[in-house]
Amino acid sequence: MSAYNTNEMMTVAAARRLGNGSVCFVGIGLPSKAANLARLTHAPEVVLIYESGPIGAKPSVLPLSIGGGELAETADTVVPTGEIFRYWLQGGRIDVGFLGAAQVDKYGNINTTVIGDYHQPKVRLPGAGGAPEIAGSAKQVLIILKQSHRTFVDKLAFITSVGFGEGGEHRKQLGLPGKGPVAIITDLCIMEPEAGTNEFVVTALHPGVTREQVIENTGWAIRFAEQVATTEAPRAEELEALRALEARTAAAHGQQGGEE
Amino acid sequence: MAELLSLREAVERFIQDGDTVALEGFTHLIPTAAAHEIVRQNKQELTLVRMTPDLVYDLLIGAGCAKKLIFSWGGNPGVGSLHRLRDAVEKQWPQPLEIEEHSHADLANAYVAGASGLPFAVLRAYAGSDLPKVNPLIKSVTCPFTGEVLAAVPSVRPDVTVIHAQKADRKGNVLIQGILGVQKEAALAAKRCIVTVEEIVDDLNAPMNACVLPTWALTAVCRVPGGAHPSYAHGYYERDNRFYQAWDPIARDREAFSGWIDSYIRGTADFAEFKQKLAGEAN
Repeated sequence: MSAYNTNEMMTVAAARRLGNGSVCFVGIGLPSKAANLARLTHAPEVVLIYESGPIGAKPSVLPLSIGGGELAETADTVVPTGEIFRYWLQGGRIDVGFLGAAQVDKYGNINTTVIGDYHQPKVRLPGAGGAPEIAGSAKQVLIILKQSHRTFVDKLAFITSVGFGEGGEHRKQLGLPGKGPVAIITDLCIMEPEAGTNEFVVTALHPGVTREQVIENTGWAIRFAEQVATTEAPRAEELEALRALEARTAAAHGQQGGEE
Repeated sequence: MAELLSLREAVERFIQDGDTVALEGFTHLIPTAAAHEIVRQNKQELTLVRMTPDLVYDLLIGAGCAKKLIFSWGGNPGVGSLHRLRDAVEKQWPQPLEIEEHSHADLANAYVAGASGLPFAVLRAYAGSDLPKVNPLIKSVTCPFTGEVLAAVPSVRPDVTVIHAQKADRKGNVLIQGILGVQKEAALAAKRCIVTVEEIVDDLNAPMNACVLPTWALTAVCRVPGGAHPSYAHGYYERDNRFYQAWDPIARDREAFSGWIDSYIRGTADFAEFKQKLAGEAN
């Protein structure tokens, strides 16, 4: 087994959650990296859809922006952005929405809008993009982001895209078609919603990560499932595929995709 | 019938102070040259509509052309923040900027509604999101058949839409290929539409079902090679990722930004001269 870093562990763990043949609406950055890693390893038949219009994109390098030319060239078809959201997402054809976030809370709600008051923001973030409707309408949602006190917060200043709302049955009451977030994959662990409360609890720790580390890097009183598994370390072929993808991307763009 | 004009003349004649203007193009075919020309002509009090404001609106906001921004994702893709947008929102520089914020699905639907001649768009959206709390224009409507409550948002109907495309023929019919974003909808939703193109050809040779905007649906067509730089034009040039990175330090600092637009935009006669100046620096 070759040595690996925590970012690689995160990407590999996220990629593994994507089933072969599933139809995935891909956010830019970390989700795009993990989704393409899945396609290049265990899930060659995964269908990657990007909001700019490509359906069935098979890029050999990661796009730096959501509408990269290679996405279009390698896609089965390219449709207008309105059609992506209307027919393919709202029409109920997306199995998995793969999202990043600036911040999440314990119910898997996502903030990508603002830190501080909306009208007098401390930090103005980019905003919603496609995420609110992906979070609402995809049959299930995977969230990937690096874990820290500042990203895993007790109370979001702004809910851009809803997970389980206030927890429990709240999401159901909102009438959203999709099941909501089924996992948050970080550089330390995997969290999944607890039955009943729908609060995210740690269900797997990445190799070598302690509970204390997770507690320190979570802004709420994080809980652990009764059975906490240890994530399987990245296999040689996974690391090889990931590093080759990153190297191709760096060579093509002069920078790595998926780190913003 | 669209008139074949210089970009300067098209912007002079068809974009007025106070207009609602949409410069569309999703990552691909972003009409940068048109944004430059709007700065050169110092258009004021514009309401800017665009799903992804990108560098073009960072520029227009920092140059003081905008009073309001309607958008759904405001970052520098692959790099980070749009610093001029943030400075306007966080510190009201160079002037206060009213923002009206939506999601992509919402704005995409709003363009479709605009092109369809409808006053509003209906979509399944926003349940559980805080966006309707800060944008009073996001409302709801109850389906008269099923009783389902859906989001209702005003359609986008710009005074002027500007898009960039690969080519036009001599009559002004325009062919767009590759990632289309909401360009067709934005063009058809607007009262007037200016299209900048890479080249003007005798025959578009458009495949059946290609995205062709007929000349009679457009106002002006302007030949501006390279006019989408630093975004890309499929079949012509690739995205200039380094420029997007270089923009970060330029836009981060007010003085650096002002110096840059004085020199590169106000200090050049047109986009061709701008390109020459930029190429000169690179050597």
